Amino acid sequence: MAGVGSGGNDIQWCFSQVKGAIDDDVAEDFLYGKVVYQKITNMEVKILDFGSHGLLQGFKWISKLMYWMNKLWLLVPWKVPVLLVLLVKGEMIEKPNKQNKSQPHCRGEYNVYSTFQSHEPEFDYLKSLEIEEKINKIRWLPQQNAAQFLLSTNDKTIKLWKISERDKRPEGYNLKEEDGRYRDPATVTTLKVPVFKPMDLMVEASPRRIFANAHTYHINSISVNSDYETYLSADDLRINLWHLEITDRSFNIVDIKPANMEELTEVITAAEFHPNQCNTFVYSSSKGTIRLCDMRAAALCDKHAKLFEEPEDPSNRSFFSEIISSISDVKFNHSGRYMMTRDYLSVKIWDLNMESRPVETYQVHEYLRSKLCSLYENDCIFDKFECCWNGCDSVVMTGSYNNFFRMFDRNTKRDITLEASRENSKPRAILKPRRVCSGGKRKKDEISVDSLDFNKKILHTAWHPKENIIAVATTNNLYIFQDKVN
Amino acid sequence: MAASSAVGDDSLYPIAVLIDELRNEDVQLRLNSIKKLSTIALALGVERTRTELLPFLTDTIYDEDEVLLALAEQLGSFTALVGGPAFVNCLLPPLESLATVEETVVRDKAVESLRVISKEHSSPDLERHFVPLVKRLASGDWFTSRTSACGLFSVCYQRVPNSVKAELRLNFKNLCMDDTPMVRRAAAAKLGEFAKVLELEHLKSEIIPMFTMLASDEQDSVRLLAVEACVSIAELLKREEVEKLVMPTLRQAVEDKSWRVRYMVADKFIELQKAIGPEITKKDLVPAFQNLMKDCEAEVRASTASKVRDFCENLPTDGRQQIIMTHILPSVKELVSDANEHVKSALASVIMGLSPMLGKENTVEHLLPLFLTQLKDECPEVRLNIISNLDCVNEVIGIRQLSQSLLPAIVELAEDAKWRVRLAIIEYMPLLAGQLGVEFFNEKLNSICMAWLVDHVFAVREAATNNLKKLTQKFGKIWAQNTIIPKVLAMSSNPNYLHRMTTLFCVNVNKEIESMLTNGIIDVRCSQCCSPIVMVPKPEGTQRLCVDYRKVNAVTRTDSYPIPRLEDCIEKVGQSALISNFQTWKEH
Repeated sequence: MAGVGSGGNDIQWCFSQVKGAIDDDVAEDFLYGKVVYQKITNMEVKILDFGSHGLLQGFKWISKLMYWMNKLWLLVPWKVPVLLVLLVKGEMIEKPNKQNKSQPHCRGEYNVYSTFQSHEPEFDYLKSLEIEEKINKIRWLPQQNAAQFLLSTNDKTIKLWKISERDKRPEGYNLKEEDGRYRDPATVTTLKVPVFKPMDLMVEASPRRIFANAHTYHINSISVNSDYETYLSADDLRINLWHLEITDRSFNIVDIKPANMEELTEVITAAEFHPNQCNTFVYSSSKGTIRLCDMRAAALCDKHAKLFEEPEDPSNRSFFSEIISSISDVKFNHSGRYMMTRDYLSVKIWDLNMESRPVETYQVHEYLRSKLCSLYENDCIFDKFECCWNGCDSVVMTGSYNNFFRMFDRNTKRDITLEASRENSKPRAILKPRRVCSGGKRKKDEISVDSLDFNKKILHTAWHPKENIIAVATTNNLYIFQDKVN
Repeated sequence: MAASSAVGDDSLYPIAVLIDELRNEDVQLRLNSIKKLSTIALALGVERTRTELLPFLTDTIYDEDEVLLALAEQLGSFTALVGGPAFVNCLLPPLESLATVEETVVRDKAVESLRVISKEHSSPDLERHFVPLVKRLASGDWFTSRTSACGLFSVCYQRVPNSVKAELRLNFKNLCMDDTPMVRRAAAAKLGEFAKVLELEHLKSEIIPMFTMLASDEQDSVRLLAVEACVSIAELLKREEVEKLVMPTLRQAVEDKSWRVRYMVADKFIELQKAIGPEITKKDLVPAFQNLMKDCEAEVRASTASKVRDFCENLPTDGRQQIIMTHILPSVKELVSDANEHVKSALASVIMGLSPMLGKENTVEHLLPLFLTQLKDECPEVRLNIISNLDCVNEVIGIRQLSQSLLPAIVELAEDAKWRVRLAIIEYMPLLAGQLGVEFFNEKLNSICMAWLVDHVFAVREAATNNLKKLTQKFGKIWAQNTIIPKVLAMSSNPNYLHRMTTLFCVNVNKEIESMLTNGIIDVRCSQCCSPIVMVPKPEGTQRLCVDYRKVNAVTRTDSYPIPRLEDCIEKVGQSALISNFQTWKEH
């Protein structure tokens, strides 16, 4: 069986976990497991503890996934109808004996660690605009103390959240009992100092900073600089640079807004900082170009240092060319030498030293080229697929339709299509590769293009930075797969 | 205890409330309670403060930042409350936990308090308690604790034995090489301070390599902090050592690829110049300064331009004029026509300061054309800055040289479309009037000053009346009587009520005129529907102008909705295609 793996060895992917509703029509308050409600700072925070088959209900759309460094944290904001950020923590038991490689890994499960609402619906009174309570992007911050920090943004406002644990609480009053009954002041003869006593672990999320009122258009990206001090936020036409500790000021570093909006030909679709060069960032455009800017040269980065663009193939030119060349995601690899971009039909890998064309191009679902017209009609052509690297940058992964996701091995040039579905969600069930018939006669195990379900799409995927564990978000489920180990 | 408790009820109660509020749900109450921590400690006595209160405080790090900040501050002055210097070490645990929180201001305050109480430790205590704390923080898991550690080395280093000193140096060295940029930044920021307490041999053998390393760090934000350390280290070294050990780094910083680092050099240039001394300044800093004036990033040029005067002033006096003429002035000339207005306005605010250094002839020949160009600059900020600094030139060449060019510039600013510009030029009017003389003023500027009195922006009118007061102080009563008063009085019969009001402001502000006009003001009212004005004595003795509206009120019919309701407004606007804004504030 063909698989794609790191380091040249093929991997067989097997099911590990699924979170989310089984069917769309299950009652929303249906919950397994233990639920603890804890009232903290005007905000309802649920701490959910699930058994091995515990299921989380009531949350429909999984919108963002991300692993942070080598810690097994997974961040999942749920989009509609209740917006909750879900932090899933898995316990990983490291093998004590590293020499013995045949010994199977012991992997824990991901459990819900904390959920909280990150953004409330807002109303911009100056512009009479409703600001939706969705989350456009989330980013972990480097860990600075025992707490976790993350940035989340909706269309207009970026928030810095702290998620911390508390396992002690103070006890003892002078003038009242612990249950709130007041004592007679006359009985107070000595002073009592409160003492901290251990209590059940409580996880709390608190907003630390709110960065607002800096974007006129919708924010599409946030990215933290490698100096751990600043981050950028990009909307359709501008990129702003913020200091993480200063909320009332940001610097506009890129502005592509033309003086006359009728001359507008392209918008910014994504932006990201270089993983280790603090002064380099890239931003992609709806025309399929990527611009690399150097903040050392000037305070304003309107002039790019490099422009990555592939000349269009005239034979493929059509009405849809510009729409499908729009870049939906840009990601640097871990070393920062390469970057990957995702447009509608392909994944391209660029060498930062070569601007004229990508070093590698992988077709994700070339069979859709003949279907662009109907995809335009049902708006699917505007879907924004994201992409990700594996831990050692040898494999890239991205999503497709019909709950398919694709992996491309850069060394062996092999690729694989897998499906995230309930059918094979038995523990440790091996995922079978799928094939889509691309013209000609359909073979036995192939699926015809016409039978693909365009409502089932995988836009977000994440790969554990060290292990072969992947997380895949379908419309209403979060799947976790891992490599099959004997 | 029993004896004291019998009488203690009343006195204990307030303290009991304070202690209970330490864990109140309301942040404000907790904050108040923390601010009175010394009262609580005093009531508990030193023993219980040490054994009960401090352990409680050590664990309260979950609180809001403002509470933690207040706590960190309080603990810095707690020594007497825990039993004096002999027990001061028991303050270390709560401050240690505060030094690891993520909020920078809290951490900084905790470090500040730790630095304060370090002085109260005896030398053996310092070694036994404080140094281990520094080491713990320096090797902490999280960078918050490691950044806090950086600020603690300098306070304990000099008071510990040599073996411990070596360990501390090693610890600091590790912090300079930390993986996270935040820790390296903190280390770079404290490098200068630590260098000052170090023995010269160790400074050269250990700190200088660290400094060189940080100055070539991959992160811009670390490199730019090394520039600051440059100043402190250069101050400690002899001239030839500076040349050998510091200058290569500084030269590298001047040519750094990142504009932020070059900006930092420009920003610290005067300090650097003073630290490095005249010899190297002449040889190295003058060309560096030239380069920075020609920098491709406007921010750097603007910062450099604002340092031109100070830099020239600090040059060694012999040969200063020659250096300015041959090296600085050509670049200054280029900056005068810079593309960026911030650069030009930064230069305009200091360029006049060059003329005393250059003397009359050179000023007339070289600087005057530059002033004139700047006076004609399209950016009002630049013109204003030149006008505001006229006094320096006045001393050297006399203002007459400039007056012909000044006038058009002033007139243009006086009529600028932006009211802030008009407001700014009014501020300089008394200064200008004093330097240009009364004749020139009467002839050219008086009409402008009067025109401001009827400006359509309140702030300008207000400033214009204040201006009249200053002018009267400058030119005297007689002048005011002849030139201002007739015009002000004429305004009092103007049909526009705003103009009449300005008259009142003038009278109010202008004490000199006031004495002459208190009677006159009642006479000059001439509008047919005017309410009487009454001068009411204020408590402090001056007069307040009041308008007696009783008669008007008696005949006024009350309108139940004098201000249109918001709903009505919105309804009216509903079908419109154009909506305009109007300002109701200060304009009536």
